[in-house]
Order: sequence, then structure tokens, then C-alpha cells
Amino acid sequence: MAAFQTPINRPILSRGPISLGGFLFFVGLSIVVMWLDQGGRYLTPVRRGLSIAGYGVEVTVASPFIAWRSLSEYFATRARLLKENEELHAHQRETDLRLQRFDALEQENQRLRALRSSTERITEKFLVGEIMSVDLDPYRHRVRINKGSSDGVEKEWAILDADGVVGQITRVGVFSSEAILITDAEHAIPVQVNRNGLRTIAVGTGNIGQLSLPYLASNSDIHEGDLLVTSGLGGVFPAGYPVGTVKKIDRAVAQTLVSIIATPAAALDRDREVLLMVAPKVPLESLDTAAPAPAARPARP
Amino acid sequence: MSRFDHVTRWPLFVSSFVALLLGLVPLPGWLDVVRPDFLALVIFYWAMHEPRAGRLWFAWTAGLVLDAFRGVVLGEFALAMTILCAIAIYLHLRIRAFPIWQQAVTVFAALFLYHLTLWIVDGWSGHPVTGMAHWLPPITGALVWPFLSGILDKLHHRL
Repeated sequence: MAAFQTPINRPILSRGPISLGGFLFFVGLSIVVMWLDQGGRYLTPVRRGLSIAGYGVEVTVASPFIAWRSLSEYFATRARLLKENEELHAHQRETDLRLQRFDALEQENQRLRALRSSTERITEKFLVGEIMSVDLDPYRHRVRINKGSSDGVEKEWAILDADGVVGQITRVGVFSSEAILITDAEHAIPVQVNRNGLRTIAVGTGNIGQLSLPYLASNSDIHEGDLLVTSGLGGVFPAGYPVGTVKKIDRAVAQTLVSIIATPAAALDRDREVLLMVAPKVPLESLDTAAPAPAARPARP
Repeated sequence: MSRFDHVTRWPLFVSSFVALLLGLVPLPGWLDVVRPDFLALVIFYWAMHEPRAGRLWFAWTAGLVLDAFRGVVLGEFALAMTILCAIAIYLHLRIRAFPIWQQAVTVFAALFLYHLTLWIVDGWSGHPVTGMAHWLPPITGALVWPFLSGILDKLHHRL
């Protein structure tokens, strides 16, 4: 039982059991691994293996939260459930009403598109996923989603919630995948102003409630409260989904560009269920483009 | 359980696993920013008290696992963890003799180096982290060190 007491044949004052060679070996190994992973993506199988092993750990971390949720759902009072049911029914009626109009509009849209002899858009297919209760990094807006390649998820799928665009998949594991949120400082999404079709790019700020629109000239037609929707350029995000609303415009006289802050439409920090969606491959000519806009910057090389 | 120079490693594995979990549990924003690097602290502890059990290979592997979880370039945490562990092993006799506050200061210095490594690699791999909040975990790490080492001492000496 005396596992950590000094046995007889071990010197009491052991020399530091570290060899310079060993240290240099591991430092060198780290550098080689970083170099391989950064440059050529040679380590995808390694990462895949680690992600399978890691899935168990993630489930362990998430399980108390899942247990708490199911417990509190189990003990939810009848009154609350009735109220919630009523609310959902009301919501359903409202959406049904809107959907009736939507059918007609879609028909009309298709007719108009046929008139303009442009390609009709393929209906998007989607998958429902759940954000796992795992923290990745406080400085990067990354989340893990409980759908992976075994569910058919692929890199660059768009992620949406009920209110708008959430982000995109950056790395796919077997059972889970990693996604970047639109507010991550390394993310950019092609958008257009819903009111007049003005196209630009919304860049993440690293702040969960803020997007920045740094590439608009100071005489651009954009106002506070304008809705920004995805433009569909870049081929990652399907067109026409809300991204955010313009919150603050700062037109400095001396600047050629205007600095604009927008609030994301999606509930980025409160979401649990999300939709994973493949962007339909829309040929660029079919979009009413006058000038080509820069494509979506990939989230991570 | 162990005979002579065989070293029992399960306390190292168990405490490292728990530390890994502690590092992944979701916390509210501000708490997340000051969250100490539990895994690094645990590895530092074992490297300093049981340099034979807490070998470099283990620190390196633990770092690689962290890399996979954090979604950073593979090898980043592995490198930082190797350096941290090497410092602890190299200085283990001296650190063991220190009073606890002086140990905490050493831990701060080691964690600072750990974060410096991460910061440099982040910059190199094209994901620079700006803002001073990045340097808070070494401070909180040093603050929790007395408690953490107290808890691990219990585990260590109960065997």
C-alpha cells in the first residue's frame, strides 16, 4: 500500500529524472505535429481518432446538464405545460396562416423565375442538431454539435436557428462536429441589406452580441434598423436567411468607409437546438449580381 | 500495491481526467475567462511530487488531448504542457522545499510561460488572441494552487 513512499532501493534525493534529450524530443515532436497539422492537413486521421475518444468525455461533461434538464422537464407542473401547450398552439396557428401565404408566394416566385429563365433554387435539406454543453475556448466562438459524419454532416454546412444564421461547421468528427459562430473574430459572412439588396460582408467581432460591417463606403444607403440577410454568395450559406439588424452607424466625415455595428438575429448564446443545412449550389449567374462580391472567407484554414 | 521502483500511476490518471473535465464544464462568460488551467496544475503537481510518475510523455499526451478539445492546431498545448512539466521536474526538489506561497509564485511563473507558449503558437498559426484577459488564468491558477495541492496531497498520501 505504500505506493508513494520511497522504497528502499530508490534514493531519497532522486536526481531530477529528466533528460535533456527527452525534453528536446517532445518539444521537437510538438513542433513537427504543429507543422504537419497547420500546413498540409496530414493529421486528419489522428484528429478523427481523438474526436472519437473525446466524444465519451464530452458526453460525460454534458450528462449532468442533460440529466438536470430531463429531471426538471419531468417535474414540470401541469399548469406550466398547459400554458406552454396553449402558447405553442397559438404560435402554430400563426405560422400556419403565414405558411398559406408562403405557398402562394413560392409558386409565384417560381413562375417569375421561370419567366426570367433562371435556375430555380433547390430546396434546402436540413438536419436537426443540438449544441453540446461543452466549452471549447473562451476566446473563440466555437461550439460542438452532436451530429457528425455518421449523420452525414460535412464541412461548411450552415447552422441556423429559429431566428437566423448561427454559424458554419468547421471540423467534422464521427459523432460530433465543431462549428464556428458568426460572431467569432475569424468569421465573415456575405450579407445583403434586405431593403435594397446592398451587398457587403459581416465580420465577427469576438463579442457575442456584435457583428461588424467594415467594407461599406460612407455614402452607402444603409440605416439603423435595416435587416441583413444572407446573400448566398460564397456558397456556404443559403440565401435569404436573416443574419442581424444594423444597430449603430458611425459616419466619420474624414473616413471613406463607414463603421457599422449589427446585432445578430440568432440567439447565439442561448441556443440549444439548431438546424444544419447544406447550401444549394446556386450558379452565380442566376443571382442578380452586378459586381462579384468576395466569397465567404473559410472559417479556419 | 507497488513494489520498489514501480510507481502507481492511477492517482495521476484519475486526477488528470477530473481536471480535464473541469476544464470543459461550461461556465458563465466571466468565470470562463478566469478559469484556471486545472490540467496544467495537476500535471505540475505530479511532476513535482512524483517526477517518476508524471513523465514528459504523459504531459505531452495530455496536451495533445487538450489540443483536440480546444480545436487549436495539434501540438500547441502539447508543447506548452511539455515545457511546464519539464520545469516542474527540473526544479522539483527545490519547489517541494518551498513554503506554499512561494510555490504559488513558482506556479504563476510556470503558468505564465505556459500561456506565453500558447500565445506565440496562436500568433504563428494565424489565430492571434488579443486582450489582456488572456493573462488572467496564471493568476487564478496561482491562487487556487494551495487548495489544489492540499486536495492532491490527500490523494497522494492516502495511498
